[in-house]
Amino acid sequence: MIMFFVNLIILLFVPFLMTGVIKKTKTFWQGKKGPSVLQPLYDFIRLMKKDFVISNTTSFVFRIAPIVSIVTVLFAAMLVPLASGKALINIPAGLIIFAYTLGLGKFVALISAMDTGSSFEGMGASREACFTTTVEPAFFVTIASIMALSGNYTFDSLVNITANAGNYGILVTVFASVVLFIMILVEGSRVPVDDPATHLELTMIHEVMILDNSGSDLALFSWANAIKMLLISSLIANMIIPSGITEWISVLLYLSVVFIISILIGTVESCMARIRMSHVFEFIFVMSSLALVVLSLVIARMFGG
Amino acid sequence: MEHWIKTKNNTKLNLSDIPSLSISDLRCSIIEQNKRPIGFFGKDWGNGETRLFVVLADDDNGDLLVSSALFSADEKSYESITQDIPSFHIFEREFYEQFGIKPLNHPWLKPVRKNQNEYEFFDMKGEEVHQVAVGPIHAGVIEPGHFRFMCNGENVYHLEIMLGYQHRGVEDLMLKRPSNQLAESICGDSVIAYNTAYSQVMETLRGIEISDKAKLIRKAALEMERAAIQIGDMGAIAGDIAYSMGAAVFGVTRTLIINTMLEWSGSRFGRGLINVGGVNFDISEDEITSTLKTLDKVGKDVDRMTQTMLKNSTVMSRLEKTGTVSFERAKEIGLVGMAAKASGVDLDSRFDFPDKWMHELGFEKKYFKGVGDVNSRFKLRYKEIKESLSMIRKILNKLKEYKNEPILTSTDNELAKDAFVISITEGWRGEVVHIAMTDSEGRLSKYKIKDPSFNNWYGLALAVRNNGVSDFPLCNKSFNLSYSGNDL
Repeated sequence: MIMFFVNLIILLFVPFLMTGVIKKTKTFWQGKKGPSVLQPLYDFIRLMKKDFVISNTTSFVFRIAPIVSIVTVLFAAMLVPLASGKALINIPAGLIIFAYTLGLGKFVALISAMDTGSSFEGMGASREACFTTTVEPAFFVTIASIMALSGNYTFDSLVNITANAGNYGILVTVFASVVLFIMILVEGSRVPVDDPATHLELTMIHEVMILDNSGSDLALFSWANAIKMLLISSLIANMIIPSGITEWISVLLYLSVVFIISILIGTVESCMARIRMSHVFEFIFVMSSLALVVLSLVIARMFGG
Repeated sequence: MEHWIKTKNNTKLNLSDIPSLSISDLRCSIIEQNKRPIGFFGKDWGNGETRLFVVLADDDNGDLLVSSALFSADEKSYESITQDIPSFHIFEREFYEQFGIKPLNHPWLKPVRKNQNEYEFFDMKGEEVHQVAVGPIHAGVIEPGHFRFMCNGENVYHLEIMLGYQHRGVEDLMLKRPSNQLAESICGDSVIAYNTAYSQVMETLRGIEISDKAKLIRKAALEMERAAIQIGDMGAIAGDIAYSMGAAVFGVTRTLIINTMLEWSGSRFGRGLINVGGVNFDISEDEITSTLKTLDKVGKDVDRMTQTMLKNSTVMSRLEKTGTVSFERAKEIGLVGMAAKASGVDLDSRFDFPDKWMHELGFEKKYFKGVGDVNSRFKLRYKEIKESLSMIRKILNKLKEYKNEPILTSTDNELAKDAFVISITEGWRGEVVHIAMTDSEGRLSKYKIKDPSFNNWYGLALAVRNNGVSDFPLCNKSFNLSYSGNDL
């Protein structure tokens, strides 16, 4: 029971810390001091207190989108094992529900962007839709392969990769982690796919979709985006952390993995320029091919000698 | 009668010596000369007549050719020159907008600064074509301008740029109240270039010869401005491709230079440094020593960051082959300054219209072999920064020899009567041209300003064709054209 509350707290607060750590890492690379790691949380509180402006060309879709977005992300987050390998709720076929709950949130965000009638937001929505659809197969292949190993289609199977995959365990973990890491960059709208710091309407993807949102709506969207990064990091963390250790050490390990991933994201953002929009697919295809490697490893394990 | 009168940079010309031809003769003669226009403007000549002045630059010989044509009150059109020499397109549009004399068969007769409501955008039909309208107010802290993209998906077919939102009537203000303060406020990133051009015009008209020391300080300031803005732009290019390390390092380095300017003149952009008759602030021996030290650090930092960026494959994949303007196109549409140099056009008014210092200090023009893409403009900036830094070093060392010279020569000379002066200064963006005319009582009767942006905006429109719409900000930043310099 106590783990349930620990996980709940992690789910609600660690996303802010993750964004804070990413920003801190970036400022470190730039030779600056940078804001406190808690700054995203302060921003969230500040925005929540603010009123919002709503364009009169928009309909109810625009109003409900932030709420749908945060609710779907939070629901998806409950399905994923967080610290010490425990999910908040456990239901079978979690993968499908997980992916399509997130999909629903994304869909509502897309139509809400188009609802504003702005040509930029239309462009942003089309880019986002395009990249999401290319990412999805790779995600499914990777996670479903790992689940197939245990024969049990819940996220719990991530926790016991080594038990199920034997000698292949390390390889599967490494490749799957890279796949998921790239997925964080794409889904979290990070460099090299998107640039969260830009103010240029024509190049933005995620930022342009929420260009018309202000106040608490904006806060919810940013929070949802941060939680999404935490979710995928949790998948990586649960693959890496060995099972059979005490709960508290497991929680500590989990948090360190999450923050190491944040530092990695910040480093990638500092050392890389953003990829040209038309070449983003090539980057995503790296992810797809690695997903196929995971699949073949799993096939080799299950049917090979 | 000769069709043209030859003159030099910063040289007084008598108005009565300028040939006055019929427009058809002038047109033929322009086409025969086939030179680069740097001035093409009308002036109200009384009785409903309009006189059109044309200034062509002979860059190879350092000469300027001047001629004019008189339009009678009922002559309201002429055969456009643009059909034969495309680089006249923007000049003829401006002339039409100001005087209502129509260039016939002009292919692209759209407003330049005024009448934006009547602007007819290029129209493309097709189910897959969509338009993206940006501005005039942008998300970033930049000047206002409206951009309209005709796109197919992410691909840009054509971009139309509608400017004029910054039109303040600077040229008219200049007649009413000419001052250094006004000149340096025209275009905030070229304070020194504009103020130098203005001061040179006034000094030529007043017949003032300024001291060598003042000339050297102006020259050093001009190169400081060039280095500062080019470094800032390299940082901005890095920022646009989300390479935050480059943006941060170049940003810091630029600050070192503008803070040195602050030490020199009390303004980071050199406002108040230059005055008609010389300069207002001397550079002391201590300041020279500390500046030289700063320049060493700047040089090292810029070298290191540029090399790091040029070795980074993700950076190069963004810069290379993005926003290309070919050499032929650049020549054809008459690009000037940085944008032209990046396309391999050999133009630099510092060397094409040199003063004695260019030779005496041993500055040499080095051709830049650019291919006209963002990468070329990025590398050109690096080259210009290095050259500017070495020029500043030489100038400052030379300055030590002129310890006791005055920095400001003041005279109460009246402006020359019926005179015509052209002054060209190579700002960081390209040639800043100021042309002034006085009437028979020695008052300014016409003040014409041409910023390099005036020529180059169309180059940006061509550069983004067949590029991704998401690459537009990068192309735009690599040109970094001025709105206020264009809109005046």
